[in-house]
Amino acid sequence: MNKPNTFREGPDETGHFGIFGGQFVAETLMPLVHDVAEAYETAKNDPEFVKEKAYYLSQYVGRPSPLYLAQRLTDKLGGAKIYLKREDLNHTGAHKVNNTIGQILLAKRMGKTRIIAETGAGQHGVATATVCALFDIPCTIYMGTKDIERQAPNVFRMKMLGAEIKPVTVGSCSLKDAMNEAIRDWVSNVDTTYFLVGTAAGMHPFPMMVRDFQCVIGEEVREQIMEAEGRLPDTLVACIGGGSNAIGLFHPFLDDADVKIIGTEAAGKGLETGLHAASLTAGQPGVLHGNRMYLLQDEDGQIMEADSVSAGLDYPGIGPEHCWLHDIGRVEYVPVTDAEALDAFHTLTKLEGIIPALESSHAIAHAMKIAPDLPQDHIMVVNLSGRGDKDLNTVAATMGVEMGVNL
Amino acid sequence: MNAITAKSVETRLGKRFAALKAEGRAALVTFVTAGDPDAQTGLKILQGLPGAGADIIELGMPFSDPMADGPSIQASSQRALAAGMTMKQTLDQVRTFRTQDNDTPIVLMGYYNPVYFYGVEKFVADAKEAGVDGLIIVDLPPEEESELCLPALKGGINFIYLTAPTTDDKRLPRVLENASGFVYYVSITGVTGTASAAKADVDAAVSRIRRHTDLPVAVGFGITTPEGAADVASVADAAVVGSAIVNRVRDNLDEQGRAKPGLVDEVLNFTKKLADGVRKVKK
Repeated sequence: MNKPNTFREGPDETGHFGIFGGQFVAETLMPLVHDVAEAYETAKNDPEFVKEKAYYLSQYVGRPSPLYLAQRLTDKLGGAKIYLKREDLNHTGAHKVNNTIGQILLAKRMGKTRIIAETGAGQHGVATATVCALFDIPCTIYMGTKDIERQAPNVFRMKMLGAEIKPVTVGSCSLKDAMNEAIRDWVSNVDTTYFLVGTAAGMHPFPMMVRDFQCVIGEEVREQIMEAEGRLPDTLVACIGGGSNAIGLFHPFLDDADVKIIGTEAAGKGLETGLHAASLTAGQPGVLHGNRMYLLQDEDGQIMEADSVSAGLDYPGIGPEHCWLHDIGRVEYVPVTDAEALDAFHTLTKLEGIIPALESSHAIAHAMKIAPDLPQDHIMVVNLSGRGDKDLNTVAATMGVEMGVNL
Repeated sequence: MNAITAKSVETRLGKRFAALKAEGRAALVTFVTAGDPDAQTGLKILQGLPGAGADIIELGMPFSDPMADGPSIQASSQRALAAGMTMKQTLDQVRTFRTQDNDTPIVLMGYYNPVYFYGVEKFVADAKEAGVDGLIIVDLPPEEESELCLPALKGGINFIYLTAPTTDDKRLPRVLENASGFVYYVSITGVTGTASAAKADVDAAVSRIRRHTDLPVAVGFGITTPEGAADVASVADAAVVGSAIVNRVRDNLDEQGRAKPGLVDEVLNFTKKLADGVRKVKK
């Protein structure tokens, strides 16, 4: 495959990154999807929109988020110097709010009066419910019953914020099915409703728009690491479900050939068990939810259920730009198992006093794997995409602890 | 490829619509999912539909994630998949059907991924050979026509486009550019089998589409009764009924989800009532 001059130009006008992406959408929604694309093109070039977004990101979300040198983790591993991009310190506790601020401002400009969203771990649901409270717009969140159970704290947060939670009881009862139901809602409420997509996947323009809103992560890291070290990092690591936190960190560095970039996908109980969410490692190109991407599917093109201890990574596909970056070889994607992620969760909690989300723990785990063999002047930035309070029930269960009983 | 090429694709659909026009009535288009609730029962239903009055058959290709469908058709897809239905078997059923009926058009309906996974070229060739006349692929709008629409036309299969209440006059010509066989008007903004459109709205929408095309216009989504089918037949060239038929399958399963003895008859009797409704309307 020919290497392009830049890795940052995509997508093309029809929303494709190589063969990935596109607009595989039912006709009823197609005009709406074009409306969103047009509205976004206008908004991103409007200084008023840019200014308003910047205001909320700094004053409401609390950006910039710190780039923190994890000294004790670095010392323990004895190799690369590990910085953590502290997206967990954002208001609502994850990177998701970077995107919901941008999209709620867009929905407002479009005159939409109702918001719907899908959520897995509930971080996007919380970030959506939060901005809907802030801007006084009713919202409905679709969430699989499997995720409602394991992410109970986030469900309660969303309810307190005024969101209506619609439990999804079909299929795998997780993110994929929540996405199906959100699309069904959108097609049924075309006049009033804006679909606030939470990850860098789905029909164009969402993968591009969500990426653009998340690029604030990588842009800040560039400035912060220059200030701290006087040079760019050697390695970036981020976890990937749909891939929004990762593309936000990666994209501003794609053209810096010396920066090695690694995405970690959820290998669940192990690739050999078939119970995982490693779409790039074990999937094949297919079409779902409006875009072509790597998908876990059976021998007849039926979508398979993903499996991960982390609800946010429990999705059988992965955003189209990651698929392209994988095929073209610019980014390396590696599988990380539930067990490795849990180990990283405990390690970071004990060493640094930071409880990471199970999603982010997949990135930490890979950093822990490779850092010891790297020289001490090797600079690594790991995206700590969210905090782990929401995961305490899940982690407790893996330790045989019943929350509130025998702590 | 231009519109003239699309219209030059001749299948059983063109012949059937021409014959019905001469007869002075609209078509009843029936949707069932291939292999619902199991391959054997599904095939019996398929083979019985023309005798019950179905003029055109839409045969659903089961998919794990039918995003544009309501609960009824979602469940039918799940039943078929649980019973082991595959794309190859769906095509085999068309082939078997054709040994007895070489006139009733069959349109395969579904989502793109199983087709893409099967391989577009191979799919078009195998479908044509099996006796398929048209394709309706919900998640392939004209923006993605190079994926399957153009290959299908090249392979002699009609590609039927959906239009919706949201498809305005500015967009319609784009949707119709490579449309052939017929135009499928989705009469509500919603998923299948959940709501019905008002007759006046359907009338206005069909007239609007006819200003843009000479293709027959079929109307579907939300037709549940013989009376509803008759209403649509009075203003459109075809009435499509899906969820209501599929619900007859659902209602005739035992506790283990297996077909009860009377299932096929129930489905076909209901189809006959729909057909009577459509046939009452003379133009």
